[in-house]
Amino acid sequence: MKIVIIDYGAGNIQSIKFAIQRLGFKAHLTNDVQEIQNADKVIFPGVGEASSAMKKLTGSGLDKVIPHLKQPVLGICLGMQLMCHSSEEGNTKGLGIFDLDVVRFPLSVKVPQIGWNQISDLKSDLFRNIPETSHIYLVHSFYAPIGKETIATSEYALPYSAALGKDNFYGTQFHPEKSSAVGAHILQNFLDLR
Amino acid sequence: MLTKRIIPCLDIKNGRTVKGVNFVDLRDAGDPVELAQIYADKGADELVFLDISATEEKRKTLADLVYHVAEKVNIPFTVGGGISSVADVDMLLQNGADKVSINSSAVKRPELINELVAKFGSQCIVVAIDAKLIDGYWKVHLVGGKVPTDIDLFKWAKEVEERGAGEILFTSMNHDGTKGGFANKALAKLSTLVNIPVIASGGAGAISHFTDTFTDGKADAALAASIFHFKEIEIKDLKQQLQKEGIPVRL
Repeated sequence: MKIVIIDYGAGNIQSIKFAIQRLGFKAHLTNDVQEIQNADKVIFPGVGEASSAMKKLTGSGLDKVIPHLKQPVLGICLGMQLMCHSSEEGNTKGLGIFDLDVVRFPLSVKVPQIGWNQISDLKSDLFRNIPETSHIYLVHSFYAPIGKETIATSEYALPYSAALGKDNFYGTQFHPEKSSAVGAHILQNFLDLR
Repeated sequence: MLTKRIIPCLDIKNGRTVKGVNFVDLRDAGDPVELAQIYADKGADELVFLDISATEEKRKTLADLVYHVAEKVNIPFTVGGGISSVADVDMLLQNGADKVSINSSAVKRPELINELVAKFGSQCIVVAIDAKLIDGYWKVHLVGGKVPTDIDLFKWAKEVEERGAGEILFTSMNHDGTKGGFANKALAKLSTLVNIPVIASGGAGAISHFTDTFTDGKADAALAASIFHFKEIEIKDLKQQLQKEGIPVRL
């Protein structure tokens, strides 16, 4: 199985690479369009600020490539947010794969949300054999609201999307690569997708 | 529901884990990578590696350690100790650290916080503050708590937040190493003052101290070292007790 992690200079990719390695597979870091298009699985990471990450993506032309990929694609954290229609952070236009607008958490809670929260209302094969209310690790100041593409919910001040799914596209707000055994299981489920 | 985090801290010197009592007297407590894996398996929510010899050592040793920890450990970890530049942070994050903590270097040059946040994002920048209560005022201390300043803890914490830090790790030097409980009054004030997570550090000696710091101290996370390293408290027992007392934890 050919697994690629999109390397566009905006992510803690080493951790994802190691997490895949712990599952017994090898992930390749690349920004090569052809290599990404030919992979069996594509992981789209991202940390940092939305508009500068999006600029890096458009700079490399990958913004035109990602929405047309046919194999399973997993966006993680900011990666998931960039797959949405837009983000309030830096007034950023996203890839538009998911029909949601990412907004900032209200000031009634500490921002960023850092730590382990729970996922519920689990849908899709990404969460096969994952129990409801499992704990996952997140670090984020912005969130995607609940929408028709929501495949897992969580709550921090209000209910929000912990994961999104549409056709071959998946996104998790949490970091499966840092979410202990549960996270490893979710990554394994992603690798098992057809 | 977001849970309260339990964070074992591994003090590192020459690639080995040590824990200072009141920041002096060092004892050896094992191999950091192995210890990190054990803690991850036992239910630690996060780990902190503090390189207390960073200024004397080559940066490469720490980068190698970070790489090996990231390879094995499936929970997040923070690295601190002697970090003073964008290049330092870049190297640690590239090797797989999730967050870095800066301390003295931020006090000396506060703009460093802004620079790091602009380049790497708030989510990975922790500012550690060591402070000591002197004549009724919490004064910030530098260089692992050795050098006093006139800076007020609360003023500095507010500035740190405004400059974009994602989290504050507050160590009370009056409490550190005493095993008499966390500095909950100062912590509660801090946690109400800033709208970013606050990690309590210094003073853990019993399970009840964690309960107190999460309730009275309003802490979002609690960090401890020797009580975990010398198995005085098992993380699982600690979390079960916290859950019984109605504090949300990951079990």
